[in-house]
Amino acid sequence: MADTVVHEEATAPEPDTPVGGEHHIEFASGGWAVDDGHHHTTTGLSNNKLAMWMFLGSECLLFGGLISTYMLYRGRHEGSPSPDQLYNIPLTSVSSFVLLMSSLTMVLAVSAAQRHDDRNTSTWLTVTALLGATFVGAQVFEFTHFVHEGLGFTTNLFGSSFFTLTGFHGVHVTVGIIMLMSLVAMINRTQFHGNKAEVVELIGLYWHFVDIVWIVIFTLVYLIPS
Amino acid sequence: MSTEPTTVDAVPEIDAYDGHVEDGHKHGMTDKEYVIVAFTLSLMTAAEVTLTYMSLPGWFFLTCLFVLMALKFTTVVSRFMHLKFDNKIFSWLFYSGLILAVFVYAAALATFKFFIPPGS
Repeated sequence: MADTVVHEEATAPEPDTPVGGEHHIEFASGGWAVDDGHHHTTTGLSNNKLAMWMFLGSECLLFGGLISTYMLYRGRHEGSPSPDQLYNIPLTSVSSFVLLMSSLTMVLAVSAAQRHDDRNTSTWLTVTALLGATFVGAQVFEFTHFVHEGLGFTTNLFGSSFFTLTGFHGVHVTVGIIMLMSLVAMINRTQFHGNKAEVVELIGLYWHFVDIVWIVIFTLVYLIPS
Repeated sequence: MSTEPTTVDAVPEIDAYDGHVEDGHKHGMTDKEYVIVAFTLSLMTAAEVTLTYMSLPGWFFLTCLFVLMALKFTTVVSRFMHLKFDNKIFSWLFYSGLILAVFVYAAALATFKFFIPPGS
């Protein structure tokens, strides 16, 4: 907890100054830090986790731009069927459910990792990757169907903005699957160095972010008629 | 400025990497509770899809969809991503990016007269 970080001003004590209680205050890397036994950071929090949250905050801006562009151009579908004629809501609903369930299996993997249960961690991570692959497969099927119906990337502004938005999301899911499978391979080969639970949680944060972006896309793109 | 050792008493034990207070449960949720949350999210998704097949007034339909979307979004962020139980700094980092995105793109869409109904 950041509240427990003790800030001192002006003069810093010598390194390794003995202190009482569970928490040691040290002068490290040019600032004050709480020694929690694992990290020496000025906030007492994991820098990796801070960086991941900052990255996810910046990703909001990326997807915000793509969603706004789609909203602006979804009516510009000259030369192709309209979005309402193209979208297959039952298929997209099922793939949304699959992605939602992958968030559940991901959080179960994080929970298993925190219990140091490698077997269940690997199993849940693999199930998450498989569910993610199912989602990507449904997206490829949808894209193929749209192209057969006459909507390509360069057909009109609707097509360009739709494929860019959902394609970017699909790429994020694919990157997530690659990270998950790499993690499973590392855990199974016991080649893991560092805090395993933290790495699983960081990849989990990325995966859940991909899920919340889809929650927004599903509503704004598929469920609200143009 | 004294260089005397500083004692931090009565501080709960801090989690090794994420600042969580150890209380026997890392994030305050059990696996069973995660399943219940996922089931609730599925129900909300089903409700969203059902709404699209109903003949509802436009404003009511949109309000329901936006409320359900926001509920699903915050549920995943607070429960699955553990922001509810985590340090507030993480919430600030994420929500500042999100709020900035909403305002920037709302302003951008407003400049393109997106919110003005056609013909008015």
